[in-house]
Amino acid sequence: MTFPTFTAGDDPGPDFAALLRRVGRATQPPSSPVGESLSIPHGTTVVAVRYADGVVMAGDRRATSGHLISHRSIEKVFPADRYSGVAIAGAAGPAMEMVKLFQLQLEHYEKVEGNHLSLEGKANQLGQMVRNNLPAAMQGLAVVPLFAGYDLRRKLGRLFQYDVTGGRYEEHDMAASGSGSLHAGTVVKLGYRENLDRDSAIDLLLHALWVAADEDSATGGPDLLRRIFPVVATITEHGWDRAEDDELAGRFENLLGQLRTAAGGSEGAGVTS
Amino acid sequence: MSMPYYVAPEQVMKDRADYARKGIARGRSLVGLVCADGILLCAENPSSTLRKVSEIYDRIAFAGVGRYNEFDQLRIAGVRAADLKGFSYSREDVDARSLAQQYAQILGQIFTHEMKPMEVEVLVAEVAGAAHDDQLFHVLYDGTVMDDDFFTVLGGDAEAITERMKASYAEGLGLGPALVAATAALSGPDRALAAADLEVAVLDRVGGRRAFRRLADDEVTGLLAAGRDDGDTDVAVPAADAEAPATTDDLPGEPSTAEPQTDPDEGAAPA
Repeated sequence: MTFPTFTAGDDPGPDFAALLRRVGRATQPPSSPVGESLSIPHGTTVVAVRYADGVVMAGDRRATSGHLISHRSIEKVFPADRYSGVAIAGAAGPAMEMVKLFQLQLEHYEKVEGNHLSLEGKANQLGQMVRNNLPAAMQGLAVVPLFAGYDLRRKLGRLFQYDVTGGRYEEHDMAASGSGSLHAGTVVKLGYRENLDRDSAIDLLLHALWVAADEDSATGGPDLLRRIFPVVATITEHGWDRAEDDELAGRFENLLGQLRTAAGGSEGAGVTS
Repeated sequence: MSMPYYVAPEQVMKDRADYARKGIARGRSLVGLVCADGILLCAENPSSTLRKVSEIYDRIAFAGVGRYNEFDQLRIAGVRAADLKGFSYSREDVDARSLAQQYAQILGQIFTHEMKPMEVEVLVAEVAGAAHDDQLFHVLYDGTVMDDDFFTVLGGDAEAITERMKASYAEGLGLGPALVAATAALSGPDRALAAADLEVAVLDRVGGRRAFRRLADDEVTGLLAAGRDDGDTDVAVPAADAEAPATTDDLPGEPSTAEPQTDPDEGAAPA
């Protein structure tokens, strides 16, 4: 690997993606549609909500290829840097690649410039990456992320949603993406209040994922047998903090208890709240 | 038609080396040393914005002396090389040795082929789990690489500072005493350096993925004070090792890579 030096005129600056293009290592979109011919894994439901101290993000652990479950323990919620996180839905391969590149992009900027990007800057950067993925999305490899973080300058948690063309939309209360997002989003919307505390925010998201898994075959519920639980993380002024599995197991026990009581042991368990 | 003068290659090389050495000697010096808590990088640098010491990768730091624009260019190239390598292969595959070799290659190339050599010396440091596995690579303006085990001194006044370091250095120093030793070696007997004159960073031996951490001025002041106390008790009671970890209690728990600098230092003193 050669040492990357550039003249002043064509220096890629702190942009790692531009550097990859300059050294000829950027990935090329596929030349023909891959969605139908190949059965590729897709990530499903991710959801995020603002609460008193910042934001909480959560994602189920299932990846599907067509009607089959391809992975039971995939992770779709990642720290982007210390004060932000990204959650992905869509084609798992390109999505993971995008997250890896995004994480590196933020760190690379920080090291080259000696300063953090603003949260706004990070959100825009991710929008550009989604936009650059459009040719691949046209071939069936769409990636639709959620971005959330704690804005150290404004002292509040913020949420951003994207569309497949790179459109960036800031959400005030909650955001959801993926196949189960309709159901998960509805649950969050109904249960949302201003300034939720951490406990209620996490419980709300777990309930949302439960309902999504109940209604959407591509979304996985908690797997009590294998002890696989959703990835849940809070981002506050103290940074990224992923909730432990033991904590989530306890919260699911409570949730299931409530659902059982509400349904009175009948067929309707899980739909009611 | 005029004939160009013949200049002996020895003379050309000597002139270039003299030129580079003079340029480097105009700037202030820097010390990197292995201590119990990691690798300490301490530079004399009144500017709090134009850095001599910075992060390259998870466990690798860069330090440069001489012309700021030249070593900063090398720093950025190092960050790029490391990030590209980590992206293409894996984070574990990025190492200080290959970076130092790449620096040596490019500095050697420029020294022999360009009109003007680079007036810089750089240090590539990598912290490991144990002090004896730490690596310090010192690369000179002509591409010479030196691998130092315990400490290394960069800059014009290197010989005198090295002598002072040799006298005060001991293996397994805590962060505070190590900082006291480095500061004393940099300043010499005739003057004293305060936190505002220093740029200090450390590659922490234990902790998160990114080992690089800058020390803010008040933290440096605290460490210097604690380190001096520690040094005194060391002389009186030889088995004062238990005291050493106490200095780390002064450090805030959270590593921050870009903490705001509150130091109202007057502008851009060239490195």
